Formats: sequence, C-alpha cells, structure tokens
Amino acid sequence: MKTKPIFLLIIILLSAIIAGIFVSPQWLGAKYRPWRLGLDLVGGTHLVYEIDMSQVASQDRDSISGGLRDVIERRVNLFGVSEPQVVSAKEGDSYRLVVELAGIKDVGAAINEIGMTPLLDFREAVPPTNDQQLTTDNFIPTNLTGRYIKGAQLDFDQTTGAAQVDIQFNDEGAKIFEELTGRNVGKPLAIFLDNALIEMPTVREKISGGQAQITGKFTVDEAKKMVERFNAGALPAPIKLVSQQTIGPSLGQESLKKAIYAGTIGTTIVMLFMLIYYRKFGIFASLALIIYIALTAAVFKLGITMTLAGIAGFILSIGMAVDANILIFERTKEEIKKGLSRLSAIEEGFKRAWPSIRDSNVSTIITSVILYKFTSSFVQGFALALLIGVLISMFSAITITRTMLRVFVKKD
Amino acid sequence: MNIIGKRKIFLSISGVLIIASIAAVLIFGLKPGIDFVGGTMWQVRCQMSDVRCQMSAESLKDFFEKDLGIKNITVFPAADSSFLIRLPHISEPEHQSHLGQLKAKFGEIEEIRFETIGPTIGKELRNKAFWAIGLVLLGISLYIAFAFRKVSYPVKSWKYGMITLITLFHDVVIPTGLLAGLGAWRGIEMDTNFIVALLVIMGFSVHDTIVVFDRIRENLFLSRDRENLSAIANNSVNQTIARSINTSLTLVLVLLAMFFLGPVSLKYFVLIILVGTVVGTYSSIFVAAPLLSFQKSRV
Repeated sequence: MKTKPIFLLIIILLSAIIAGIFVSPQWLGAKYRPWRLGLDLVGGTHLVYEIDMSQVASQDRDSISGGLRDVIERRVNLFGVSEPQVVSAKEGDSYRLVVELAGIKDVGAAINEIGMTPLLDFREAVPPTNDQQLTTDNFIPTNLTGRYIKGAQLDFDQTTGAAQVDIQFNDEGAKIFEELTGRNVGKPLAIFLDNALIEMPTVREKISGGQAQITGKFTVDEAKKMVERFNAGALPAPIKLVSQQTIGPSLGQESLKKAIYAGTIGTTIVMLFMLIYYRKFGIFASLALIIYIALTAAVFKLGITMTLAGIAGFILSIGMAVDANILIFERTKEEIKKGLSRLSAIEEGFKRAWPSIRDSNVSTIITSVILYKFTSSFVQGFALALLIGVLISMFSAITITRTMLRVFVKKD
Repeated sequence: MNIIGKRKIFLSISGVLIIASIAAVLIFGLKPGIDFVGGTMWQVRCQMSDVRCQMSAESLKDFFEKDLGIKNITVFPAADSSFLIRLPHISEPEHQSHLGQLKAKFGEIEEIRFETIGPTIGKELRNKAFWAIGLVLLGISLYIAFAFRKVSYPVKSWKYGMITLITLFHDVVIPTGLLAGLGAWRGIEMDTNFIVALLVIMGFSVHDTIVVFDRIRENLFLSRDRENLSAIANNSVNQTIARSINTSLTLVLVLLAMFFLGPVSLKYFVLIILVGTVVGTYSSIFVAAPLLSFQKSRV
C-alpha cells in the first residue's frame, strides 16, 4: 500500500526540482532558455496604429493590412531590438496594427522611422485653366502607389551628378505604369511622396518594363535613406498612431525587482502562517506551495511572455493556492473531532473538501476566462496567469499534499 | 460567537460603509481613466544628479498651462520624486516638442512612462470593459443559480441566491467608494485595472458566501428543529468562520506584501483587491447569514 505513494512522491519531487532548475534565472535554465519578459518589465513601447483604408477597395483591405504588417515588420527588424512584435488586428470596421518594441532606447526615433516610411504615389495632373497656382485639386490620384515597388537603388545623374532614385515596379505595377504613361503622353505626371509633390516630369512616351526615376532635389543622404525605405517596402496605405504606451527602462526593471521581492516575502509569510496555525500539516502545505510555484513558473516560462500583470496574477494565485489545503485541513480537524483515526480523518477530509475546492475555483475560472476573451494585452497576461495558476493549484493542493500525507503520516 | 444575535451591529457597520461609499461616488464622482476616454498620462522626473531642478506639481501645471497653452491638465506627485501629468491625447510630434520644452525649462529629465490613447481606442476599451462586466455578472449569476438549484426548506433556494447577489453588491460598492475617495485625494482614476480588480473581487465574494450557505443548508437538512433558523445559521457560521478567515487571510498576506513592497504601478490595483477581499470575507460571515436569518419570519 505504501509503495505507490512513495513512487508518486519521488516523481513529483523530481519534476519539481527539474522545474526549479529550469525557471531559475541564474543556472542552466537561464543559459539555454532565458525568460521572455514583456515590455512593461524591460521597458519599451506598445504602439497602436490605425490603417487608413478609405482609398482601398473593400475586397483588398485584408491583403493590404497583411502587406502593411510585413512592411512594418521589416522596418522594425532594422531597429535591432529582440523579438519585435507586429500584429494586425481588426476592430469592427477599422484595421489596426499593433507594434511592440521591448527594450528599445529611443522610442521617438523609432516612431519616426515607422511612420516616415514613404508613401509614394503617382497622380495625373490637370493643368489649371487660367493663371492659377497649382493646388492639390489639380491632381487626380491613380492606383499606382508604392505597394507595387519591387526594389529601388541609388543612382546619379550622368550629366549633373545629382542623386536620384531608380525604382523598379513589379509586374502588376509595370502594367499600370505602362498604361498610365501611354494615356498621358505629352502631359505631366506628378510623383507624390508622403502627400507632397516632389516632381512633375512630362511623359515623352509610353514606358514599358516598369522602370522609373525620381530625380527631385535630394542630397545623397536623403536619396540613400529613401532607397533603404523603398527596399523595406513603401506603405501600401497611410497609418496613424492612435495609442502609445511607453515604459522607461528604469521603471520596468524596478517593477520586476519589486514584484519578485514582494512575491517572495508574501509567500514566506503565508508559509509561516500555515506552519504556526496547522503545525505538522503546515509543513506539507508549505512544501506543496513551493512545488506549486516551481511547476507553475515552468509552465509560464514554456508558454508565455511574462509581463508585470502576469506576475501580479501569479502572485495572487499563490495566495489562493493554499486555500484548498486550508479547506482540507479544517475538514480533517472536524473529522478527528468526530472520533475518526488520523489517517482516515485525512482521507475523509480530502474526499469531503473536494466539492468545495472545485466550486471555490469555478467563479475565479469564469472571471479569468472572460477577462482573457474581452480585454487587450496587459489584462490578458493577468487573466492567463491567474487561470493557469488556479488550474495547477487544484492539482497541487490535492495530489501533492495527499501523496505527502500518505507517505509520512503513520497509522495510529 | 453569537453572530446572529448581534446581527444589527454587524449589518449597521456594513450599512454605514455602503452609504459612505455611495456618498463618496456621488460627491467626488469617478474619474474615468485615459484608457476609457482617451488622453495622456505622462510620468517624468528630474535626473537624480540635477540638484537645480525646480520641478513641482505647481510649476509643472503652470508650465503646461502658460508656456504650452494646454488646458485640462492635472499634475500629481508620484513615487520617487516623480510627477504624473494627465493631459488630453497628443500626437508623437507634439510629445517630442513638449519634451524638448520641458527639458529646456527643467534641465535633463527622465521619462518614466508615457501613455497616450486616442478617443476611438478609449471608446473601444470602455465597451470591452462593459462587456466583460456584463458577462462576469451573467456567469456568476448562472453559477449562483446552479449552486442553489436544489429546492430547500424552510428557506427557498432563490432567497439564498438573492442574498448572495446582495453581498456581491456590498463587496463591489465599498471598493468603488474607496476609489472615488482616492480619486479626489490622489487623482486615481477608474481605468481598466480597476474594472479587472472589481471582477476578481466578484469571483472571490460569491464563493465565500456559498461556502457559508452550503453549510447552513447541510445543517438544516440534518437538524430536527428546522424552525430554529437563527440558531442553525449561527452554528453554521461558527463552523465555517475559521476557514473563511484563513482562506482570505493567506490572500490578504500576499496582497499586503504586494501593496507595501511591490511595484508602484500595481499599488492601487492591489489595494482595491485587498479591500474587496476583506469586505468580501466580512460580508460572507457577518452579512450573508444575518440577512438569511431575517427571512425566517416571512416564510
């Protein structure tokens, strides 16, 4: 009868030790697989962009949104931050792009880089009838935009030596360009960059092959930068920054340190309380709590990026994890009072306390599932941590504590 | 402990707290956070080495209003001699220009946190929060209906459910009153974190009450003298009081550690859950069973 619990206990202890090594920030675990920390812990920025789809036909919107995501991702990868996140999201009728840059130093410059990605388009010009100045009303947007650019390169004018940018359209773009130039022979065609007119050459002949030149009046640096951006991709649609959350690096690191410190102290006090109030039983509850923390932390490390909100949810779950033990021990005490032997009182305590342990977690599970479904990133981390914590604690309080009690409590 | 006998005292304490909370909400109002209405939350401080820094809540407010011409701005002192500035939603170029002017005025400053949320996003987050509250309430009500699905005598099942909802209200209103007070005193706003804290409290509150009611129903079933509801309710509360208090106490200990030692940005989130947990435990012991014992005469 006693061999099986011992066997189970050894498995539990071994997996807890492995989990403990795995989650430790210092030893082997850190070397082979460091913790993934959210930007609220390492500092960084969370940006939400609204994509302006007003000029895009509704059936093209999903593909534009995807293309935009890829372009921004390529740009963001140039910043050299670890694991930048670019996610497209749809909220009702509006399209969004969420960019997360953890550990970035100069957020202002990054935002500039993302937003400044050139928005290039060609417009047909309608020359003013009288001596009026050219206004934006004189231009009719065409469907030839930066999204059809395949590549760009820096070039210099043969005669003047001025910097210019050669662009190469993809097949689709080349066709549109050919059609557009064919339609406008002898007329001016305007090139707009970020909604500003940069030049308006007159079309001499129909151009096929998809080659175009932007001469403008660039310095070499400007032209170089432009080439870089075109090669990362021009934005297929304009974007607007609608929300920004930036956490300075000092705040993030301090939060992490304080959260871990508070969690450790809190856990120690809970264990002391269990030892003082429940004596010998408290030892088992405390051991089960330590095993619980190691196992849960391992699950977090395997699956999710740890945020401050996630740590808060985890610490909250530590406070709730011993609840099941308290319910069991209180019930066991009642059974002992009724005259049962220690061993059968314990078994009875587990059996009778189970329905209330299950019920007690149901409402927390309901809350965390709904929170996870109906909120955005920061709260989701909290809800997920709480949910995982509660589920594992149900296992740890029952199985681990019972196994230990079965092994160590002698029949009397 | 004779809890039912002194029910009037215990219920009065709750009554006073609820009235005070509602009064606080009516008088001070709840300030919606930037994540619900849009706006900017900016936390700055002077670099440690700069002793000449003249930054204060007044000088900052003055600077933003007079030099930058921004209205609707509030400034609150925050942790580590930093300041929290709340202003309308601004764009990134505006942010950089304000930052430049701030540095020109106050010397090298450190941006600890900068959040700005546009009004459309704010509206969305607000809607999501309402949905979450509605769904949690629905889920919890279904759970209560399930927990008390069996017909019972002499107290009808739905009365247990009603009282559970009353204690839920009790446990949510008092932290809300606290938030209103904190809003007036410290500029704390009703944001997503607060809603999350309330939803977490709801989950805890209901469960504590159900534990007590389960015991009352069990004892009513075993008892021969079913008419003596007060005595049975009192016994039941006394039987469950140790575990009610202990299960909450472990959570309270962890929350206290988080409140005093944990990160500043979670301080008020933790405080709301802490207060909610304490009043939730109080209501399951000193409000739920006393209210139930009143029911008797009307059965």
